[in-house]
Amino acid sequence: MYKIVSAQFLAENIKKIEIEAPRIAKKRKAGQFVMIRVGQRGERIPLTIAGSDPEKGTITLIVQGMGKSTKELNLKEAGDTINDIVGPLGAPSHIENFGTAVSIGGGVGTAIAYPTAVALKEAGNYVITINGARSKDLVILEEEMSAVSDEAYITTDDGSYGFHGFVTQKLQQLIDAGKKIDYVLAIGPIPMMKAVAEVTRPYNIQTVVSLNPIMVDGTGMCGGCRVTVNNEIKFACVDGPEFDAHLVDFKNLTDRNKLYLHEEKQSAEAYAHQCNLQKQF
Amino acid sequence: MDAQHITTKERLAIPRQEMPAQLPEVRIHNFNEVHLGYTPELAQREALRCIQCKNPTCVKGCPVNIKIDQFIKLIAEGNFLGAAKKIKEDNVLPAVCGRVCPQEDQCEKMCILTKKHESVAIGNLERFAADYERETGNVELPFVKPSTGKKVAVIGSGPAGLSCANDLVQLGHAVTVFEALHELGGVLVYGIPEFRLPKEIVKGEIDGLKKLGVLFVTNAVAGRSITVDELLQEEHFDAVFIGVGAGLPWFMGIPGENLLGVYSANEFLTRVNLMKSYQFPENDTPVFNCQGKNVAVFGGGNTAMDAVRTAKRLGAEHAYIVYRRSEAEMPARLEELHHAQKEGIEFMLLMNPVEFIGNDQQWLTGVKCIRMELGEPDDSGRRRPVPIKDSEFTLPIDMAIISIGNGSNPLIKQTTPDIDVSKRDTIVVDMKTMATSKENVYAGGDIVTGGATVILAMGAGRTAAAAIHEKLMNTKTN
Repeated sequence: MYKIVSAQFLAENIKKIEIEAPRIAKKRKAGQFVMIRVGQRGERIPLTIAGSDPEKGTITLIVQGMGKSTKELNLKEAGDTINDIVGPLGAPSHIENFGTAVSIGGGVGTAIAYPTAVALKEAGNYVITINGARSKDLVILEEEMSAVSDEAYITTDDGSYGFHGFVTQKLQQLIDAGKKIDYVLAIGPIPMMKAVAEVTRPYNIQTVVSLNPIMVDGTGMCGGCRVTVNNEIKFACVDGPEFDAHLVDFKNLTDRNKLYLHEEKQSAEAYAHQCNLQKQF
Repeated sequence: MDAQHITTKERLAIPRQEMPAQLPEVRIHNFNEVHLGYTPELAQREALRCIQCKNPTCVKGCPVNIKIDQFIKLIAEGNFLGAAKKIKEDNVLPAVCGRVCPQEDQCEKMCILTKKHESVAIGNLERFAADYERETGNVELPFVKPSTGKKVAVIGSGPAGLSCANDLVQLGHAVTVFEALHELGGVLVYGIPEFRLPKEIVKGEIDGLKKLGVLFVTNAVAGRSITVDELLQEEHFDAVFIGVGAGLPWFMGIPGENLLGVYSANEFLTRVNLMKSYQFPENDTPVFNCQGKNVAVFGGGNTAMDAVRTAKRLGAEHAYIVYRRSEAEMPARLEELHHAQKEGIEFMLLMNPVEFIGNDQQWLTGVKCIRMELGEPDDSGRRRPVPIKDSEFTLPIDMAIISIGNGSNPLIKQTTPDIDVSKRDTIVVDMKTMATSKENVYAGGDIVTGGATVILAMGAGRTAAAAIHEKLMNTKTN
C-alpha cells in the first residue's frame, strides 16, 4: 500500500496528488511514468509523473477524472492509500540545449509537459510555454509554468483567458512572427498533438509528443501499447512514451484507444451507480 | 495387491490410471481446473505400475533429477507424505510441475514401460503427492542452515527465481526477490490460466518460501525501479540472480496487425489471468468480448493452447488454432493438445496468415491465409512449411491472438551494458554455473534460453543457486 501525503484539486476534476514512493522519487526523470492500481480489483493505468521530492520520498501525479480508475483516484484524500504504484517506467525525455524550445501542454497534458519544461530550462534552453485549456477555470500550473518560461502563453478555446484560440494558432503566430524555434514538445489530447505536428512539419522543426496508448503491464511484456512510428511497431512503454511527432501514425493510435470504449462506459456507469447508492445511505 | 508382494507381470497388467477430469462440455463454461486429481487409491494403483528399475532412466529425463523411482515406491506403499518430501529434495514446486511439465518429452519419455506399454503417469503422481501434502496441512518446512551473513538479490518471482531463492535460503543466505508486477509468481500467474494451474497453488508455494525467510518486494522493475549495479553497490547484495523471463511479444509483421481485436497472447492472457478480466466489471480490467465471436490463435505452443482454450471459456463461438505446420510438429504438450481437441477447438493446420482485414472502423473482420505443405526439414529438424501457390482464402474472425513467441525484455541490457547478450538479446551465461559476464551476476530461465518451460527455468535457478553458494562461501569478506 502506498500512502497519499497530500491531495488537492487544481481545477474542476483535475487533482494534484502527492504519493509516498521513495525509490521512484529518487530515480525518476522528466518524461517517465508510473503504473498505478487504485484498489484490489483495480486495473493498471499509466500516469506520467508530474514531479517528485527525493528527500521527502514522494512523487506528484496530476490526474483528470476520466474513467472509473481516475475518478476513484481523485476521490482520495491525504492519509488514504492506493494499492500499487510501480516505476519510473518509459524512457526519460531526451534533454539537451536545443536553443529555443517550445513546450506545449493541452488540458491535463500541461502537468506532463511541466517537468520536461523544467529540464529544458535547466539544460540552458530559451523556453517558451504554451498552455491550452477549454476555458479559464481549467487552466492549471500557470504560476509554475511561468516560473520556468522565458515566454509563457495561455490559450483558451472560449477566449475567457489569455489568447483566444488553440495552442496551434499561438504556435503558428510565433513562427509567423519570425521566432526561430529549434524544438517543440507537445503533450495533450491526440488531435492537439497531431495538429501541432502538422504546424511544425513544413518548417522541419524537431517535434516530440508523449503518447498515451492503453497499457496493461507497462514493462514491455504485453505489447498492448504498440504504436506505429515510421511504419514500424514500437512499444510505448519501453521505446517511448515520447516519439518523433512527424513519424507517429496518430490515426492508428486514435483507433486503438477506442478498443474498450464500450467496457469503459460500462465500468464507469456501474461505478457511478455505486457512488449514488453510497450517497443515499 | 500390495507393494511388497507384487510381480512384475502383475505390475504390467495394470492399465495406466486416467486422472479424473471435468467433462469437456462442462469445463468450457468455467475457469476451474480441468483435472480433479488422483484419489489415494488411484495413485497407489498407478504407482504399482512402476517396475522399480535398478537404473531408473526416468530420473535422467528430468531436468532437476527428481528421485522418481523412490517417490513412486513411497506412494505405492501408501506413504504419501514421505513421497512429497522425497520430491521436494529436488523440486521446490512439485504441485506446479506435476501440472505443467511436458512429461511426455522428459521423464515419461524415458520410462522403460513405453517400449511395450504406456509409461507410468509420473506427472500425475508428482501432482498427487504435492496436493496430498498441502491439502492435509502437512507441509513441513525444510531445514534452514545457519545464516552465512551473505545477501542475494533475485530478480523475478517466476519459476527460475523461486527455485533459486528456495535453494539459497535453505543454504543460509538472506534472499530478497524483486518482482515487477503487483503479484508474485511471474508466468505462473500472468501466463498460465487458472484452469491449468490454480493460482491458490502458486500462492501456497510462495507462502512456503516466505516462511523460510525469503523477502519479496513487488512493484520493482529491474532496470527501471532498481538496477543490477544499485543492488550490488548501494544495497550491498553479494550476488544477483536475473530471472526476468521473456519479454516483448513477437508479432508477425503482416499487414493489419494493429487493427482492433488483434492481441498478443501475452496481453490476452495477462488481462484474463493476472487482471481477472473474465470477471469484468467486478474487476476493472476489460478484455475483448469473445461471446459468440470467432477467435483465431496463431501458433502451436502451450501458450497458444492456453489462449485458445481461454477464448473458448469466454464464450467464443468458433475458437481456432491456425498453425503453419501439422499436428506432429506442434510444440504444445500432448495433454494440452488433447484437452483442446476435446473442448471443441478447431485446428486449421498447414495454414499461414498473410494479412488481417478490417472494416472502416478498423475492427478486425477476417484473416487472409495461405495453405502450406511440408517440405524438407529445417534447422529445427521439423519439416519446413512451404506455401501452396494460389491457395489463399479468407477466414472470418473477430479476434486474433498472436502466439508465436517472445523476444527479450530490453531493460536489463539498456541499464547494465556490462552483461553480455546474444544477437537475440538473451543473456549469455556459462551453462555450468549460469554466471554472466558480470562478476557475481547470474541469470537463468527464458531470459537466457528464450521461451522455454517452467521446469527448465527451475533447473537453471537451482544450478545458479549452487554456483552462487560456492562462490560466496569461497570469497573472504574483508
